Amino acid sequence: MRVRVRYFASVREVIGLSEEEISVPTGFTIGSLIERLKDAHEPLRHIRNLLVAVNGEFVDMEHGLGEGDVVALFPPVSGG
Amino acid sequence: MIVITREDFSVDEVLARFRTGEMGALVTFTGVVRNSSRGREVDRIEIQVYEEMAGRQLEAIREEALERFGVEEVTVIHRHGSLKVSENIMMIAVGAAHRAEAFEACRYVIDEIKKRVPIWKKEITPEGDFWVEGEP
Repeated sequence: MRVRVRYFASVREVIGLSEEEISVPTGFTIGSLIERLKDAHEPLRHIRNLLVAVNGEFVDMEHGLGEGDVVALFPPVSGG
Repeated sequence: MIVITREDFSVDEVLARFRTGEMGALVTFTGVVRNSSRGREVDRIEIQVYEEMAGRQLEAIREEALERFGVEEVTVIHRHGSLKVSENIMMIAVGAAHRAEAFEACRYVIDEIKKRVPIWKKEITPEGDFWVEGEP
C-alpha cells in the first residue's frame, strides 16, 4: 500500500524534501516506516524530538498504517 | 471561530463581531513579532503551518476550552507567512460571563497551542536564519 509522507519546518530543510510517496507492506507500523525513512534520509537520524502525526493526529510508534494515510514528520512546534 | 490566514486582523473588529449579551468578560491575547530573541536581533519571522492538522488541533483546543471552563465563545486567529517586527502573529479571544473563567480559558488555549498545534517560527536575523523549536 502507499502512504504520503510530509515534512515540515527544520525537518523539511535538512532532508531537502517537502513530501514523498512511499510503498509499504500492509499493517506496517509508523515506527517501521520511520526506520525506513531514516535509512533513505540520513539527516533524519540526527534530529532530536521528531514528532509524528498520521492523518493530522499524533500517534505512537506502534500505530498501524493504512492505505493512503498521510504521515507528517516535524520538530516540536513553536506557534503562538 | 478558528482562522489560519496570511492576512492581518483587527482585535477591535474581531471583538465587535464576537461579543454577545451573555458575556460580562472579554479576554484577549495577542502575540506579536519581537525585535530580539535569545540574544539576537530579529529582522522578521517566517511562519510555516501544517494547515489541515493545525486547523483540527485548534478546533479541538477550542472545544476543550468551551467545555472545561464553561465560557461562551473562543476565537483563535493565527497568521502564517513573512511577518515584520511588531506585526500581529496571532490572537485569542475568550468571552465568558465572568473574568475568572475567561482568563483561565485564554491561558489554557495559548499553552495548548504552544504544545500541539503544528506551526513553526523561523527567525530571520543578521546572523542567519534560525528555526524556533518549542519544548517537545
